[in-house]
Amino acid sequence: MDCVATGGNVKVLAKAIHSLSRIGEELYLEPTEDGLTLRAVNSSRSAFACFLMSPLFFQRYQAPPDQAFRCKMPIKSVQTVFRSLSSLERSVEKCRIEMNNQKSRLRITLHCKHGLLKTHNLSFQDCECLQAVFDKDNCTNVLRAQPRLWVDTVLHFPPSLEEVCVSVSSDRVWLRNHVEDDADSSKAMMTELCLSSEEFDHFVIGSQTSITFCLKELRGLLVFAETAGLPISMYFDEPGSPVVLSVSDSVLDANFVLATLSEDAHQRNNNKANRPRAELPPDDFMCDDIDSYLIAMETSDLAGPSYEPQPQTSSSNHKSRRLSDEEVDEKEEEEEESGEGQPNKKFCSLFFGSVLPASSRPTNQTMQSQEVLASDSEDERQSE
Amino acid sequence: MKFRAKINDVGCLNHFTRVVNTITKLTKTCVVRLTVDNIFFVLSGKVANGGVSMWCELLQVNFFDEYQLEGVSEDANEICLEVNPENLSRALKTAQNAKSVKIKLTKKHYPCLTLAAELPSLSSISRIVTHDIPVDVIPRRLWHDFKEPSMPDFDVSIYLPPLKTMKSVVDRMKNLSNYLVVEANLCGEMNLKIETDLVSVTTHFKDLGNPPWGASQSQSQSRDVEAMAHARVDIRKLQQFLMGQQVNPTKSMCNIVDKRIIHLILLQEDVSLQYFIPAVV
Repeated sequence: MDCVATGGNVKVLAKAIHSLSRIGEELYLEPTEDGLTLRAVNSSRSAFACFLMSPLFFQRYQAPPDQAFRCKMPIKSVQTVFRSLSSLERSVEKCRIEMNNQKSRLRITLHCKHGLLKTHNLSFQDCECLQAVFDKDNCTNVLRAQPRLWVDTVLHFPPSLEEVCVSVSSDRVWLRNHVEDDADSSKAMMTELCLSSEEFDHFVIGSQTSITFCLKELRGLLVFAETAGLPISMYFDEPGSPVVLSVSDSVLDANFVLATLSEDAHQRNNNKANRPRAELPPDDFMCDDIDSYLIAMETSDLAGPSYEPQPQTSSSNHKSRRLSDEEVDEKEEEEEESGEGQPNKKFCSLFFGSVLPASSRPTNQTMQSQEVLASDSEDERQSE
Repeated sequence: MKFRAKINDVGCLNHFTRVVNTITKLTKTCVVRLTVDNIFFVLSGKVANGGVSMWCELLQVNFFDEYQLEGVSEDANEICLEVNPENLSRALKTAQNAKSVKIKLTKKHYPCLTLAAELPSLSSISRIVTHDIPVDVIPRRLWHDFKEPSMPDFDVSIYLPPLKTMKSVVDRMKNLSNYLVVEANLCGEMNLKIETDLVSVTTHFKDLGNPPWGASQSQSQSRDVEAMAHARVDIRKLQQFLMGQQVNPTKSMCNIVDKRIIHLILLQEDVSLQYFIPAVV
């Protein structure tokens, strides 16, 4: 493998690495004929991100002839290479990524101004192919907007907020913070933002639904999309099936696949949230009558205990926050995507082709190159 | 109980935001008292917060374009709520360039101050963001805890030097000691002192001037003008006060009751903030 990126594309590459670093600890790198793929997955396997830089993205691109080479390395070490974006922009003219098979090192060379060369030799491990199973083209709901809109939207939520709930109707989108059922909801500030469909470049809603997913990864993708100035598309179906956030232009393609909260957990939350909205006319803000906000309270009593949560907030089956490591291991052995029937799991783990027999999975176009790994030594020799 | 208020003017919104930010820096929770004419932010001196108390008063007409209030009853036409000012400040922060901001008392699953902002958008339809800030409604029988603190019968009252100057002095002194002595006399002199086993540091301020309080403050009338009144206070409390303030007061002063308390006052046309720090031995 040998590829060279120049000028602004070095920065794009760097931003891609940065946003992948928000997902997982390791960078999975796979040069193919279609381009260089960079992937990451989080430890609970509920979030997966993949960048594909096409050969045209590079000034020179040479994939290993046998297509069998893939490796992973700690993403921190790659981040170190691209640490300072500003100095990168100022001084780096081109960046060369090549495989040194004799030494089993991935070599990244930054060609800077005044003939300065910075060479990083990174060690790596061979790895299985990492690929989440998703099918964004058949999603019933698609939203596409400029990164600015997403950034402005996310800004309203506190940085500490982990999950956000997105609800869609035929002409509107609501975002609100998701609060655990068992959390002390009387202490948390609830934020809701309503956007009109007109603000989106593309707005297709096949089914009105609400999904809940982690904000962290969306923030990660925003880091990338904002610099690249590329619109972000969001593809999703019903709660429990993954949401795909994607960015693409002629030379690159990025997909972030995130697990969403499964149906039963969502239902209650959804009821809670949807009820007040249904009662209000669409433009609640403009036509409020003070009487409709009458607050009837017995003020001669102490306020605290008399406000009990409404029945639907009572949590009979509370969800665990994340899959524990053991659970993930279990999961990897399971054949079925286990959204249903596991009430103690909050997010469904995404499925990865590598841990499954390829034949037993419904495949999509991104999975076609599934292969069983050859042994390590063979792999390396062939990739020369 | 009903409460609804609306701000249309960006200047007013920024001003209100600065006041709330100032309060946020001073305390984790406070009581908001809403009356027909005023909004008060109150912290009453409890041992848990180091005996510090605060009283901030705003004239509602100077901030709000619309303001409707119906209190608990006709003879007590006000509402008292316990709020986390940080929530309020965060909500206001996201409403910074709003076309209008509305604040309402609402009942969701629990009582809330709901802040709704109409934000500019890329289309003809505005973005609407609403924040439901949970509050506790304070029953009437506890209201007496949140009355305006009476002006202490101080020994010396003095105008403060520029707060930035004072802040940089206090910031440095904080590295050396946990307690600071504030002392002042009726000749316009004020000293900030720390004394430890290893070092004593004093910063002297001169010609600050003493505010005329009239004849009511009898104690200070008969006083020797050069005698210092002093109070030793927790330096963090003073630093918090100097650090947090964003109101740019037209007047700032300090009253000292010898060995008992310092009373800091910031005045602006439509806002006043009083802060009491008890002396420690």
